[in-house]
Amino acid sequence: MQRRTLVIAAAAASTLALTACGGGGGNQAADPEGRGDITIWYSNNEQEITWGKQMVEAWNKDNPDEQVKAQEIPAGSSSEEVIGAAITAGNAPCLIFNTAPAAVPQFQKQGGLVNLSDFPDGDDYITERSGDLADQYRSEDGSFYQMPWKSNPVMIFYNKDMFQQAGLDPENPSLSTYDEFLQTARTLKEKGVAQYAINPAPTSEFFQSWFDFYPLYAAQTGGTLLLEDGKATFDSEEGKAVAEFWRTLYEEKLAGQEQYQGDAFADGYAAMSIVGPWAISVYGDGVNWGSVPIPTKDGTDPADTWTFSDAKNVGMFTACENQATAWDVLKFATSEEQDGQWLEATGQMPLRQDLTGTFPDYFTANPAYEVFGDQAARTVEVPNVPNSVEIWQAFRDGYSKAIIFGEGDVDSFLSDTAAKVDELAAGN
Amino acid sequence: MTAGVTGAPDREGAAQPSRPVASAAPPAPEKQRRRGSILGSQPLGMVFIAPYLVFLGIVFAYPIVFAVWMSFHDYFFAAPGAVVDRPFVGFDNFAKVLSDPAVWRSFLNVGIFLLINVPLTVVLSIVLATALNRVVHARTFFRVAYYVPYVTASVAVVAVWLFLFAENGLVNNVLGPLAPTPSWVINSWLAMPTIAFFVTWKGLGFYILLYLAALQNVPNELYESVSVDGGGRMRQFFSVVVPGVRPATLLVVLLATITGANLFTEPYLLTGGGGPNGASTSPVLLIYQRGIEQGNPDIAAAIGVILIIFVLVIAAIQRKLVGGEES
Repeated sequence: MQRRTLVIAAAAASTLALTACGGGGGNQAADPEGRGDITIWYSNNEQEITWGKQMVEAWNKDNPDEQVKAQEIPAGSSSEEVIGAAITAGNAPCLIFNTAPAAVPQFQKQGGLVNLSDFPDGDDYITERSGDLADQYRSEDGSFYQMPWKSNPVMIFYNKDMFQQAGLDPENPSLSTYDEFLQTARTLKEKGVAQYAINPAPTSEFFQSWFDFYPLYAAQTGGTLLLEDGKATFDSEEGKAVAEFWRTLYEEKLAGQEQYQGDAFADGYAAMSIVGPWAISVYGDGVNWGSVPIPTKDGTDPADTWTFSDAKNVGMFTACENQATAWDVLKFATSEEQDGQWLEATGQMPLRQDLTGTFPDYFTANPAYEVFGDQAARTVEVPNVPNSVEIWQAFRDGYSKAIIFGEGDVDSFLSDTAAKVDELAAGN
Repeated sequence: MTAGVTGAPDREGAAQPSRPVASAAPPAPEKQRRRGSILGSQPLGMVFIAPYLVFLGIVFAYPIVFAVWMSFHDYFFAAPGAVVDRPFVGFDNFAKVLSDPAVWRSFLNVGIFLLINVPLTVVLSIVLATALNRVVHARTFFRVAYYVPYVTASVAVVAVWLFLFAENGLVNNVLGPLAPTPSWVINSWLAMPTIAFFVTWKGLGFYILLYLAALQNVPNELYESVSVDGGGRMRQFFSVVVPGVRPATLLVVLLATITGANLFTEPYLLTGGGGPNGASTSPVLLIYQRGIEQGNPDIAAAIGVILIIFVLVIAAIQRKLVGGEES
C-alpha cells in the first residue's frame, strides 16, 4: 500500500515537474534577418478576403522565392482568443491582419509580438504613413508592437424614413447637442416609429463600451483617451456629461436594456445606430440612411469632432521564421497602392495621414465615405496599457450597473471605477 | 484462465509464511511479489484499464494538477521560448479571488441555480419517467420528445428561449400586464431562475432516461402488493417508485450538481455575458473571462480549485443525505 502511494506520489511529482517546465522549448528558428516563405492570416469577411487574395497574388507574382500563404483566421469565439492560443502553442503565423489594439499589451506580455521598431526603418515607416495618429499605438516602452493599419471611425447612422414619419427633418436632423439628441429620440419614441431611438448592445462584454460611452467621450473631450499617463481620465465633468446622457436614454426607455437578436438598425427596431464605414455597404439600399457626427453636450463643429477609431492593426508574431520577408510583406500590404485597393474593396479607412488628399478620386466617386475619411483623422484608440481588457471589463461592469440599469449614482460610478482602473493600470 | 496465471505469484507469496524455506527465497519471486503488490492482485487487469487511465491522466488528472500548480504561481500563457518569470506566490491568487465580490457573487449565483435546478430536475424527471413508463401508446414519441432538447445544441435552443423570454417575446405577450419589469433575462432577480428553468428543461430528457432504466428494475410484485393493500397510484409512487429508484436519484442529483456547477453556455449566451450586473455570472464564466479574455490564468485556476472544492463538499453532503444505505 505504501509503495503504491509512493508510485502515485512520484507520478504526481513528475507531472508537477513537467508542468513547471511548461512554456519551455521554444522557437529557435525565428530570425529577424530570415527570408523565405511565410504564412499570414486575415479576417473572414468577404471584402477583406477579396483584398487579401489580390494582395497575396500581387506579392507572390514578384517574389517567387518568398511566397506568402494566406488563410482566414481560424474560427473561435473571438480572434483574440485564437491568436492568444496560437502564440502559446508557438504556431502563430508571421502576420495577422486583424490584431485588436486592446489585445496587443497581452500578446506583448506573452512574448508573442515582434517589436517592429527594431527593424531599421520600422519607426520611420510607421510614423510617415500614419502621422501623429501612430503615437496612440506605441507600447509603454515607446516601441511599436503593431502596425497601425485601418480604422472604422464610428458615427451616428439614422433612418431617414423613420425621421420623416416622426415629422423630423430627415436631411438635417437635430442631433448635434445632447439636448437636441434627447429631444429627437423622445419624438421618435412618442411617434412609435421604432421600439427604441438607439440600441447599442447593452451586454456585459468588455468591448461594448467602445460603441456607446467611448465615442461620445472622445467627442466630448476632443480626443482624450480613457487613460492617460496611467491614470483614468473619465472621472471628470466631460465623463459625467456623457454618462448622464446615456443614463437618461436608458431611464426614459429611449435605448433598450435588453440585447436585440439581430441588427436593430437594419430591422427597424432602432432608428439610430453607432457604426463605422463598413455599414455603408452592409445597409446599402436596404435602409434609407443618413450619417451625422457623434453628438457633444453643447454641439461641436463636425470638422473638430473626435470619435473612437475601432481600428484593427497588423501584428508580426515571434513564431515567424522569416521576419525580414514578413516586414517587407507588411510594408507592401500597407503601401499607398495597396491601401487604395483596400479602400476600394472594403470601404474601411487605412490609418494613413491625409487620407482624403491621398485618395481624392475614391472619395469623389464615393461621397458617402468622405465624411468617414475626414473623421479618420480625428480618432482615439483604446489605451495601450497593461491589463487593457481587464480595465475595459471593470469599466463595463460599472457602466452596466449605473448607466444601463440605473443603480447608484453617476458620480460614484465614475469615481469608484476610476479608482479601480488606476489600480489595474498600475499592474495590480 | 488468465486470472489463474496472473494470480500464481500472489498465491505463492501468500503461502510463504507457512514455509520457513521461503524466507530465503531467490530474488525472482521476491521481484514478482513486489510487482504484484504495486500493480495490485490482478496485474493483467491493470494492463486492460491502462489505456483509460492514461486517457484520464491526460485529460483530467494532468489539467487538475496543472491548475493547482498555476493557482500558486504568478502564471500567464507565454510563447514557447519566451523568457518569463513565474514566481511562486503562495496563497496570493486565492486571497485576490476571495476578496473579489464578483467571485462571491458568481458562487451565490450558482448556488441559487443549483437550489432550483437540482430538486426540479429530480422531481420532474422521476414524475415524467414514471408517467412515461405507464404510457402504452406513442411511447417512443414521448421519449424522443423529451430527449430532443438534450441533444440539441445549446446555441440553437438559447435562440428560441430568447425569442420566448425577450421583452417583446411570446411569454410576455401572453402574460400581458403580469409580465415582469425589467423582463426575464435582464432582471436581477429572475435572470438566474430563468437560466435554471432553461437548463432543467434542456437536460430533462437525459435524466428521464436514467430513471426509466432504473424503473425497469422495480419488481411488479411491489406495485401489486400496494394495490392489494388498497394503495392507489400516489401510494405506489411514494412507497415503491421513490425508494426503488434511490440509486438512480443519487446519480441524478450528483450529475445535475456537477454539470450545474460547470454552468457556462447559458449565462454566456442567454444573458449576454452574465448580466444584468453580474446577476447571472457563473464561476466558470468568470474563469473564462479572467483566464482567457483577460489573460490571468493563475486567477482563473484559483477560482477553478475553489469550484472543485465547492462541488466536492456539495456532492459529499448530497451523498450523505440522498444516498443513505445505498451509498
